Amino acid sequence: MRVVDEKAIDGKFPAVGETIDVLVVGAGDAGCQAAREAAAGGASVVLADENPLDPALMGLDVPLAFGGRMDGAVQNRERMTERLVLARPALAEAYEAGIDVRLGTTIWGIFPESAESRALAGLTVGLEDGRRCWMARARRVVLATGARDLMLGFAGCDRPGVIGARALDALLHRYQAFAGRRLLVLGSGSEGLRVAIAAHRAGVTVAGIVEPGAQAEGPAELVAEVAELGLALLTRYVLVEAAGNAEGVTSARLAALDDEGRVLAGGEREVGCDTICLAIAAVPAIELAAAAGAALRFEGTLGGHVPVLDEAGRTSVGGLEMVGAAAGVPADHPAAPDAWPYPERWLAALIASGGLEVPCCRCESVTRADVLGVRPPAYLEARSGPIAARDLGRLLADGPPNQDQVKRLTRSGMGECQGRRCREQTALLLARGAGVAPGRIPLASYRAPVRPLPLALLADDAETEAMRAGWDAWFGIPTQWTPWWDIGTERDGLGRDAGLGDTWHL
Amino acid sequence: MDETKGAAVVIVGGGVTGLSAAWWLARAGVEVLVLESGIVGWEASGRNGGGCTHYYSPLFQEEQRLWPQMDRLLGYPTEYRRFRVGVALNPGQMVRYDTVAGHAARLGFHSTRLDAKELRELAPPVSEAAVGGVFSHFGGHANPQRTVQAYAWAVQDLGGRILQNCAVTGIEVGGGRVRGVATTRGRFGCEALVVAAGPRTSALLAPLGIDVPLTPARAEMIVTAPLPAMALGGVDGNGLYGRQTLRGNLAYGGGPHEWLDPDGAWPPRRPTTPLLRNLARRLVELFPKAGHVRVLRSWAGVIENTPDGRPVIDRLAEPANLTVATMSSVGFGLSPASGKAVAQLVQDGRCHFADLSSLRLERFANLPRDWRERRGWVPPEPADGVAVG
Ligand SMILES: Cc1cc2nc3c(=O)[nH]c(=O)nc-3n(C[C@H](O)[C@H](O)[C@H](O)COP(=O)(O)OP(=O)(O)OC[C@H]3O[C@@H](n4cnc5c(N)ncnc54)[C@H](O)[C@@H]3O)c2cc1C
Ligand SMILES: Cc1cc2nc3c(=O)[nH]c(=O)nc-3n(C[C@H](O)[C@H](O)[C@H](O)COP(=O)(O)OP(=O)(O)OC[C@H]3O[C@@H](n4cnc5c(N)ncnc54)[C@H](O)[C@@H]3O)c2cc1C
Repeated sequence: MRVVDEKAIDGKFPAVGETIDVLVVGAGDAGCQAAREAAAGGASVVLADENPLDPALMGLDVPLAFGGRMDGAVQNRERMTERLVLARPALAEAYEAGIDVRLGTTIWGIFPESAESRALAGLTVGLEDGRRCWMARARRVVLATGARDLMLGFAGCDRPGVIGARALDALLHRYQAFAGRRLLVLGSGSEGLRVAIAAHRAGVTVAGIVEPGAQAEGPAELVAEVAELGLALLTRYVLVEAAGNAEGVTSARLAALDDEGRVLAGGEREVGCDTICLAIAAVPAIELAAAAGAALRFEGTLGGHVPVLDEAGRTSVGGLEMVGAAAGVPADHPAAPDAWPYPERWLAALIASGGLEVPCCRCESVTRADVLGVRPPAYLEARSGPIAARDLGRLLADGPPNQDQVKRLTRSGMGECQGRRCREQTALLLARGAGVAPGRIPLASYRAPVRPLPLALLADDAETEAMRAGWDAWFGIPTQWTPWWDIGTERDGLGRDAGLGDTWHL
Repeated sequence: MDETKGAAVVIVGGGVTGLSAAWWLARAGVEVLVLESGIVGWEASGRNGGGCTHYYSPLFQEEQRLWPQMDRLLGYPTEYRRFRVGVALNPGQMVRYDTVAGHAARLGFHSTRLDAKELRELAPPVSEAAVGGVFSHFGGHANPQRTVQAYAWAVQDLGGRILQNCAVTGIEVGGGRVRGVATTRGRFGCEALVVAAGPRTSALLAPLGIDVPLTPARAEMIVTAPLPAMALGGVDGNGLYGRQTLRGNLAYGGGPHEWLDPDGAWPPRRPTTPLLRNLARRLVELFPKAGHVRVLRSWAGVIENTPDGRPVIDRLAEPANLTVATMSSVGFGLSPASGKAVAQLVQDGRCHFADLSSLRLERFANLPRDWRERRGWVPPEPADGVAVG
């Protein structure tokens, strides 16, 4: 008969709360379409989207960099749900097509069965709706999770009013809850030009579109449209600082750049604005796929790390597919696969204007200099002595750059926004420091829960009796905690019977 | 650096055990080379709870003596903080703390019982339901990730070499002695070899006819956003081990592990599971006032385990210049002392500060072949569910 270690995971997970045939995560254009197609094929489909978001999460810049520029309306969940449905007719159509549309529902983890997690069957999915958290088993999961914005640091970037293009777009069009009036856009690629045009159309004053290069990055037709609308394209400029007060940004200080990208003395310029929008690049939202162990690759012209997909859009994880912006956001120009030219150029310009003593990871107060210096956090008060010499250069003498290693040492990316605001900047800095292409920096790990969720919400309220009964703080090996002087005596191996076990042994 | 140049002592494995051994040897002026298949501390050594309180181990006294000095000795921060508080949510848990306190007292380490009020003064978020606890004037925690790097840098500062991304593929023996190792980056000669390769220790030694019985297992932890610092970081209980970090995060683990196939892929995949929900539940039970704190990450590590759960630290009779060190899931905290013991075994053939007879490999000589199956230390039967795809 098969013996089972009663302290091992076998048989301890509760039955899942529901079984889903096809789960589509994200109800943007791509998700709505995938859900409709699956339903048309006869599948029973759940279409889940995290919007309307918990306002507390929005305040943390999760999942998008809202920069504190949402108005009070976001507190009213019902009203926001109505607005979201009105803003996206495809949702009503999906509902009509018999699709189980669930708004305000977040997928915080996908746990596939594997050789290292054999206690799970198929795809186990974690869901929550702000009140409840539960697990489901899905036959097929389509990730249509979209993209978030690349964020880079500059002086004052932690002031309210520093926002990402996709966050701004959501506030303008889906929530109708944008609290800003005067906008400065950083980046003149498609992302930047589109968001500037959209904001202008929504009645926001666009104070300018900043571009460090000599000409706009985006396609001619969008450039023409911007010109027609009379929006100022500020080429050969870069941001120096987001100036402001406690309420947030009140103006942007810009520096003029020369042909070589150097700051021109006397070329400063101040632009009044309450919102500064980073529209440099969209980064595919791969966190669920990455945490589930799907194979990924770097492709700068698709926005960084993207899933490896077959022709049918299937990832390397059985049953897991990806579509839409989550699978890649095409860049405006071709480039070498390892390169990520536009973000690289922006970071170079921001370093030229603002130097290294500006934030990289805001949650953990890590500057760009801290990353390159591989400095421990300031609160350790351990930055002098031999550690001062242990910078990136020294670390590279021991092996190729690794973002997780630098994260462990500097804490860049360890904070409450789960690295959303610093992940790419950290990688770009390491690439610069190491003199390699950004694609050479291994992706820093993503982990469940892919949204920072409260302990009390995640806590399992359906814990099984087997889990309770078989729980031990460590392995529960009866001989493990025998004090060494009792080894070999009759007291050896009594474990819990000798008052040992369950806690406090490590 | 001359990559194919061997060293007097070659150490396989750049986890805390191998790195600490290298550091002690380098301190003694011995030429050392650490070969690590990945990055230092990338396996269990950089993914653990950081606990340094192994009262049952023959290495305990040295562990306790060394930790408070480690930052200074290494020259780099480990975030070591001393003392611990154990929280009892019921009288049964209190009994276990008393047992532990009794064992430690025998070695001269002192603990104080805390009533519910004293407990909450020290650790305000602790549950109102706690019946009491114990304050140990010994033990503590360090930050594993900082500690591995501290060891590695300290080794280099003493002239020791560490070669990362270099996997040992074979051990060369001749005339009853290890002569060198074959690796993915060439051959390295040595006068003595230390194998401290965690769960891979068995696979490396099996071709020599040396059976180190180990089974790897996966264990999980979670970490939350920071919350205001408690008077003492090392507060745990309710079936959890862990700590509040210096930054304020709650980092805790515990609960069931998953046994893995000993011949599975290396480096291992380290998936997490919905167990994070059970960890969250236990943590809220322990600290109800922290229910609003957000969980930022979960992670897993792969751990080596011997049949009796105790380390193997042994210099073998044959080959006579081979020392084995594998820690059976209690190796982080013990590392200052385990490395010192290994260094003494390598240099002098014996450990001068502790009786390691209970940690010899020969204790497993009569282990039945099916010891894993007998204990149920085998991967779960695949759960059944709906077909995928
Ligand atoms: C600023 C801007 C610039 C654009 N530029 C271009 C362009 O250059 N070219 C072009 O063709 N199109 C452009 N578009 C359109 C856009 O890129 C895509 O057409 C569209 O936004 C991507 O659709 P999607 O469905 O893949 O993702 P999205 O519309 O982003 O939808 C993804 C949804 O999934 C949700 N979600 C993510 N993770 C989870 C989770 N774990 N649980 C639950 N829900 C989740 C998100 O909140 C979101 O609602 C632009 C859009 C914007 C806003
Ligand atoms: C979640 C978790 C919590 C834990 N909590 C605690 C705790 O609180 N306190 C405590 O004391 N212990 C704890 N442990 C156990 C502790 O982490 C381990 O016992 C300890 O790290 C073992 O260290 P090691 O150096 O012996 O092995 P490892 O850390 O496994 O290092 C072995 C190294 O050898 C390398 N290697 C393997 N094969 C080869 C090869 N062929 N060539 C070259 N290199 C190779 C590996 O890459 C690895 O880096 C915990 C473990 C986990 C996973």
